[in-house]
Amino acid sequence: MIHKIIDKKDLCPGNYLIEVEASNVAQRFQPGQFVIIRIDEKGERIPLTVADFNTQKGTITLIFQVVGKSTKQLGILNVGDVVLDCVGPLGNPSEIKKFGRVICVGGGTGIACIYPLIRALADTGNEVISVIGARTASLLILENEITALGSRTCVATDDGSKGHHGFVTDVLMNLLDEYRNSGGVDRVIAIGPPVMMKAVADITKPRQIKTIVSLNSVMLDGTGMCGSCRVFIDGEMKLACIDGPEFDAHKVNFEDLISRLEMFKEKESEAINYYSSKAGVKK
Amino acid sequence: MIQIGGTRVVMEEQSVNERVKNFRSVPFGYNAEEAIAEAQRCIQCIHGPCEKLCPVHMDIKAMIREIVAGNFKKAFFIAKKDNAIPAITGRVCPQEEQCEGVCPFSLTCNGINIGKLEAFVADWAMNNGVKEGFHIEEKPEKVAVIGSGPAGISCAVDLRKYGYKVTMFEALHKAGGVLQYGIPAFRLPKDIVDYEISYLTEVGVEVKLNHIVGQNIMFNELRKKFGAVFIGTGAGAPQFLGIEGERLKGLYSANEFLFRTNLMKAYKFPEYDTPIVCGNTIGVIGAGNVAMDVARCAIRLGAKDVYILYRRTKKEAPARDEELQHAIEEKLKFIELVNPTRVLGNEDGWVTGIELLKMKLGEPDKSGRPRPIKIEGSEFTMKLDTVVEALGSKPNRLFLDQTPELETTRWGTFKVDENLMTNIEGVVAGGDAIRGNATVILALGDGRKAAESIHNYILRRRK
Repeated sequence: MIHKIIDKKDLCPGNYLIEVEASNVAQRFQPGQFVIIRIDEKGERIPLTVADFNTQKGTITLIFQVVGKSTKQLGILNVGDVVLDCVGPLGNPSEIKKFGRVICVGGGTGIACIYPLIRALADTGNEVISVIGARTASLLILENEITALGSRTCVATDDGSKGHHGFVTDVLMNLLDEYRNSGGVDRVIAIGPPVMMKAVADITKPRQIKTIVSLNSVMLDGTGMCGSCRVFIDGEMKLACIDGPEFDAHKVNFEDLISRLEMFKEKESEAINYYSSKAGVKK
Repeated sequence: MIQIGGTRVVMEEQSVNERVKNFRSVPFGYNAEEAIAEAQRCIQCIHGPCEKLCPVHMDIKAMIREIVAGNFKKAFFIAKKDNAIPAITGRVCPQEEQCEGVCPFSLTCNGINIGKLEAFVADWAMNNGVKEGFHIEEKPEKVAVIGSGPAGISCAVDLRKYGYKVTMFEALHKAGGVLQYGIPAFRLPKDIVDYEISYLTEVGVEVKLNHIVGQNIMFNELRKKFGAVFIGTGAGAPQFLGIEGERLKGLYSANEFLFRTNLMKAYKFPEYDTPIVCGNTIGVIGAGNVAMDVARCAIRLGAKDVYILYRRTKKEAPARDEELQHAIEEKLKFIELVNPTRVLGNEDGWVTGIELLKMKLGEPDKSGRPRPIKIEGSEFTMKLDTVVEALGSKPNRLFLDQTPELETTRWGTFKVDENLMTNIEGVVAGGDAIRGNATVILALGDGRKAAESIHNYILRRRK
């Protein structure tokens, strides 16, 4: 089964959106879940965030940032090109119910992951406050889409080119203070780079606010077969693919997560060098 | 001259020095003359213990007779009649415990090399484009087969031959299950696996890859849409010791190590995208066939020193003799009577070694093997770059969690009756999903029995 790309957008430098035919995924997708794709016969299996899905059209919308060889190759594909494999939905859906006031923190491509969640939470009658951030204004994705969902949206950029000059965690801290005397915050959901998620957890833990994070550990099969995505929750080994990807942020061992994400770093640069040199030869 | 008994026709192999540098098949396989000569050793004994002990009861004697006569086509049809994947079982069956082990010659000299003869006829058919002709009388009922490993393949093929419409669901991007991700190419070349699996589409099985029952199709849906369901989901979930240091980089489950190497072809990185990090010194915990597979892959990936860390001794190792022998030839080092107590790492989070506790052998346990007993205070450490845990695997939770209505044992395998029927009528299971870690041929036997069971169930329902 092949999956045709029917739409593609350059969101910002190095970030793409593609809409892909995958009716088997679209029929069942729920916010919080993910897919694994393989571009071609020699490709690796890469987990990707599903930002949107269309049950009628049988398509899913993937948003990704170019970080390695496979995402670089995927970024070069155009409308009409195909992806060999797309399996999912994988992982457990997010818990969506009326919590009350929820702050959703998204960083970088994590914004794509949290977007369907913000929508689902808002649709369920929650008061959702979105905090989204990026290194710089031009790298900020989905701001309009999230604002259009009608809830309060705060922006932070590392260089101050848009919104708050600093991190999403600064904004979060201010919001928690602001709401302290007006009913407080019932839940925080944070999706983004592990350091960001850890910083969010460090803020909400002493305040005893239930916080959920979505973990992006190294995955292979995504079905509980290999154990490469193992994470440690309250000292216990869990598999992000079938036990997660969402976990209670206050129980996650982020140091291990961050360390384990480095496992194939050297190999990744080797792969991208090989790919670039090969692509260079072709030109 | 016809040779009675005598010695086996030698199976030519790649030399040790050569083969440790590649993932190609170690044995070259018999050529026609060699196959005939080996087949001629068979005395066609009346009782045919080889056939009785074969889990799929192949007509081994008849196959051998046809090889002797040079009738390879007929020999192939005989093999294929009872076994959907003879090129595979000929290579990976534990023949020394089955057909070859009970051959009358096994007492005085080596039994007939039945496995390699089986592989020979299957390879011959593949290389000569010989295919089995069959006529299927279509029946209206549809059956779902979950999992495309050996059990699923055999069940699906038989169900098609009964005339049922069969849809097979496979979670991964390639069909074959453990044949693809588990068994390395030097034991089971992947072009052979692909060829044998193409038989599924040939007989008209609809194979749906990248379909996970419980994620994008629900089990209940399958039960509604199909007249019967076969569960051949295997035992694909890894087990970890639960000791300190399992978070470290450089520690793998055997499943991950083999999945990367075999299915994803990490040994061809960066031509293939999937990487593997295998250090110079690697310790493999366990001494089964999977541990040997990991060790031998590691040697081929460039590891200089490969250690098997086992809590009993070589004598009790569950690996097949042939695997153990091949691994030892390839300079694998066996460290007996040790039990890992923790994995050691550096400040960057990489494995640097392992702490082992010495063991001694005690009285036999339930398995009949001497029980390993800890020698308190005997801890010592060993420097390692990579650690792989090959402790056996168990059925996958992902599927189990979706089917609470199915009764399971405390090992997480499905409970079945003598006809392989689960507690839900019309839902049949076989292979590692009911046995834990067993063999390809037992899975094939289950698949065959399950197909018959489903056939009988459907006939009962029609009345």
